[in-house]
Amino acid sequence: MSKPVVATTSLAGCFGCHMSILDIDERILDLIELVEFDKSPINDIKTFSRECDIGLIEGGCCNSENVEVLRDFRKHCKTLILVGECAIMGGLPALRNNIPIKECLEEAYLNSPSVTENEERIIPNDDELPIILNKVYPCQEIVKIDYYLPGCPPRADLIWETLVALIEGRKPKLDYELIKYD
Amino acid sequence: MSVVKFIIDGVECIAEKGEYLLQAARQNGIYIPSLCHLEGYKPRGSCRICNVKVNGRLMTACTTPVADGMDIENDTPELRDIRTAILEILFVEGNHFCPACERSGNCELQAQIYRHQIMAPRFPFQFPDRDVDASHPNILKDYNRCILCKRCIRAIKDENGKSFFAFKKRSHKVEISMDPTMKENLTEELAQRAMEVCPVGALLRKEKGYDTPIGKRKYDKQPIGSEIETAK
Amino acid sequence: MDTFVQEVLEAYQRDKTRLMDILIDIQAQFGYIPPAVVGQIAEALQVSRVDVEQTLSFYHFFSTTPRGEYAIYLNNSVVANMMGRAKIAKTFEDELGCKFGEVTPDGKVGLFETACIGMSDQEPAALINGVVFPNLTPFRVREIVRDIKAGKSPEEMLTASYGDGQNSSPLIKAVVQNHIYKKGPVLSDDYQPGEALKKIVQMTPEAVIEEVKASNLRGRGGAGFPTGLKWEFCRKFPSKQRYIFCNADEGEPGTFKDRVILTERAQLLLEGMAIAGYAVGATQGILYVRYEYKYLQKHLEEMIRIGHEKGYLGQNIGGKEGFDFDVRIQFGAGAYVCGEESALIESAEGKRGEPRDRPPFPVEKGYLDQPTVVNNVETLCSVVKIILNGGSWYRSFGTEASTGTKVLSVSGDCRYPGIYEVEWGFSVNDILDMVGADVEDVQAVQVGGPSGACIGPDEFDRILCYADLATGGSMIIFNHRRDLLREVILNFTNFFIEESCGSCVPCRMLSVIMRDKLLKILNGHGVYQDLIDLEEWGKIMKANRCGLGQTAPRPILTSLKNFRHLYEERLQDKDFDSGFDLEAAIKDACEATQRTPHLHKPERQETAYENELVGAIGDLL
Repeated sequence: MSKPVVATTSLAGCFGCHMSILDIDERILDLIELVEFDKSPINDIKTFSRECDIGLIEGGCCNSENVEVLRDFRKHCKTLILVGECAIMGGLPALRNNIPIKECLEEAYLNSPSVTENEERIIPNDDELPIILNKVYPCQEIVKIDYYLPGCPPRADLIWETLVALIEGRKPKLDYELIKYD
Repeated sequence: MSVVKFIIDGVECIAEKGEYLLQAARQNGIYIPSLCHLEGYKPRGSCRICNVKVNGRLMTACTTPVADGMDIENDTPELRDIRTAILEILFVEGNHFCPACERSGNCELQAQIYRHQIMAPRFPFQFPDRDVDASHPNILKDYNRCILCKRCIRAIKDENGKSFFAFKKRSHKVEISMDPTMKENLTEELAQRAMEVCPVGALLRKEKGYDTPIGKRKYDKQPIGSEIETAK
Repeated sequence: MDTFVQEVLEAYQRDKTRLMDILIDIQAQFGYIPPAVVGQIAEALQVSRVDVEQTLSFYHFFSTTPRGEYAIYLNNSVVANMMGRAKIAKTFEDELGCKFGEVTPDGKVGLFETACIGMSDQEPAALINGVVFPNLTPFRVREIVRDIKAGKSPEEMLTASYGDGQNSSPLIKAVVQNHIYKKGPVLSDDYQPGEALKKIVQMTPEAVIEEVKASNLRGRGGAGFPTGLKWEFCRKFPSKQRYIFCNADEGEPGTFKDRVILTERAQLLLEGMAIAGYAVGATQGILYVRYEYKYLQKHLEEMIRIGHEKGYLGQNIGGKEGFDFDVRIQFGAGAYVCGEESALIESAEGKRGEPRDRPPFPVEKGYLDQPTVVNNVETLCSVVKIILNGGSWYRSFGTEASTGTKVLSVSGDCRYPGIYEVEWGFSVNDILDMVGADVEDVQAVQVGGPSGACIGPDEFDRILCYADLATGGSMIIFNHRRDLLREVILNFTNFFIEESCGSCVPCRMLSVIMRDKLLKILNGHGVYQDLIDLEEWGKIMKANRCGLGQTAPRPILTSLKNFRHLYEERLQDKDFDSGFDLEAAIKDACEATQRTPHLHKPERQETAYENELVGAIGDLL
């Protein structure tokens, strides 16, 4: 039997959740025995090379590219798991959700005290750049999601237990201390 | 005072007549989840998570006096679903960014969410546009986190019984307002008390916070209510 | 300004429980409640400013900003929409040059929406400074705006004859019509004020209660609690003071029967209140009338004055030593939830209309914490007839379990919208037949208003009674040209959202979330799971404290049950659709950065670029 294939990505996230995946310590060796990785920043594979069993999503959707990647994951992964507060509820990037996008961009590129070298007062608008969304969207408000792992980041043990349970086809055993929102 | 007998989930309990169901249950080692309830103050039954079934009827345990022969359901799938749903509604109704909140780990809303093992809310996030009021020297009001439990309204009054806090407007537009003319009367002690009665991080003392490390906070290791259940 | 406010405060003895009256008088004088006055009131009543504001901000008709010399409130109920409200609204906006929710720049006219104003038989209708303008047409709106510009008072702007019956009395002078099409014991012309009082003074209070119990009369507001039993509970609860409340806060969209009873049978009602007072041992009655019926104020005050003059109210009524009973009128200020009895009491105490927790029940601890009976207008009127003719006579009307009559407010798609007093036991078919509805063409009937049920033709044989279709009396008829979900269910749901007191979590927020889900379906993004969600979420609403919160999901739930095909035909043939619209989500950013959205980057290009890169690296190697 071939090993289950896992893909991961970080959308509007800080990679902290990926750090937490690595935080399973020496069990990472077991993990490599258990699964294979496809598209993921962990192995630097940039595009899907095959259909995957499990997709792990870190971060919410703050721009058009995030939406495209998320939809691509939904297309290629049988099971999609949201990892962390940002993916589930927007997280800190969503603090901007009640500020008009124009104000956000002007603050970032024109008005903030840290802006020193923008004499032409340009707000980046190259066609290659993803387009910012009107707010940061939780991933489940865009595509169908199968499982959620809360936390900032989710505890490594939560990620481990969920992955192993999923692979073994059983219900994960979630101790009280595993579920945290911070 | 006469003693009454009643049953919760098949367990026989006793309490003094007229005691509110919530306390009566707790005295018998049974935890009924609650949020807006505040020991020592008139109950208001507004969060609705302490809903139990009394002789088949939904009633809030914090406002219902116990009576002889009551047959009470507390821990059933139906009630768990109602409570979970209400917690989820509260979570999507405000802007609860736990990772950035001073109250995280000591927050009662979060603690109830942990207790009920909620991985993510079933409802869409509302991202309401809400204000932070930092105008007061002693207290900071972050309305993003408010769950409108009315604890501050009920508990914080001046020596003449005048309110510092009150509801304003109605419907989903309802909010808590802080009296601008009463500002000078809000002493440090009252500010401290306000922060303590607030179940979430909506009322905070200024320049305080994050003083307990992760792992040592109130609800890091043990679920809310477990102290009542283990005392049994 | 100061002296007027001081006078008002003195008139109510600086009593904080009279805050509603104080605010109503000040709002009437200035057209709003100026912020400085809020402070003045707080000081006089010795409460915090926020305590005045919490009441003030709760009610729809109070405002802290000016609402214009002419404050126009156009009804936005379902029936108003059916009768052409959209054109009326547009004409007002065009003629005045201002939008709804705004006041014209010169401060002259304010244009606002308001929930059902109890004129469903003569919609579209508006209130202008409290004066009712029913049967509006675009032509009529232009006349009104012309008159406003000419500076006429709202009373001078009325062009039609005053309505029938007491509507044309000098104390009302309203162009409102009663439209009474069927009379019974309550509306009967055969009524001599004071006769029942003469009779009860020969009886003990307990005997009066027994007679009411024998009639099997149940509350006519909709909940149907046995009236005699309520009185008995109140009487038996030990206290020095008790109160009788008449609930004339009819706010259920589509009902207007209390308006007609208050107009035509106010004496009967006051007599009923006095009987209730005698029976339970209360000396004070409070007639709580919704703000929308403020145009009846002088008329009602006159009826109370006559009651005193003739000895039906006041001291030693009917010559009986110690039978004292007086009535005061308490106006609301625009809040549907105040129709709930404990919210009504809170409101009459000058507070936000938030329902109380029960127990204790009002019969134990009600107004000012004293035992209080709250009865509907129609209930109290029925009592008089029961006393006059006996409980067993009353039982001869209706069915065995639901005795007597019910006054129905019928509106919508029928020839004769109006008031019908029928015996319990009428079927919906009977009613449709009676009111001149084209039965073949009726798509649905909303029985009991938004908090009741939306039923279709296969259920028109159901009968009005407490065991089957219990109703407070609102019946709205919809023909096949009505878009039931968009025009009716959505409107009702929005109504409940706006009218929530905001206290219970599910009522405050879940109703909004359910409305958004309904909108998602209406906008073509629905999937089957959405219907399941609505049904499941509707169950959570049972956890709310009061009837408003518990029935708020009913428009959606009853239509889902009875008109499921209307939902299903809007669903897409797929498992999931979040309703997310990428194009809409990037619109703001595109505008801010002047970019043309190009969302679908061709995948080929990306691959080509990568191949190029691989090629380049290969070259390097």
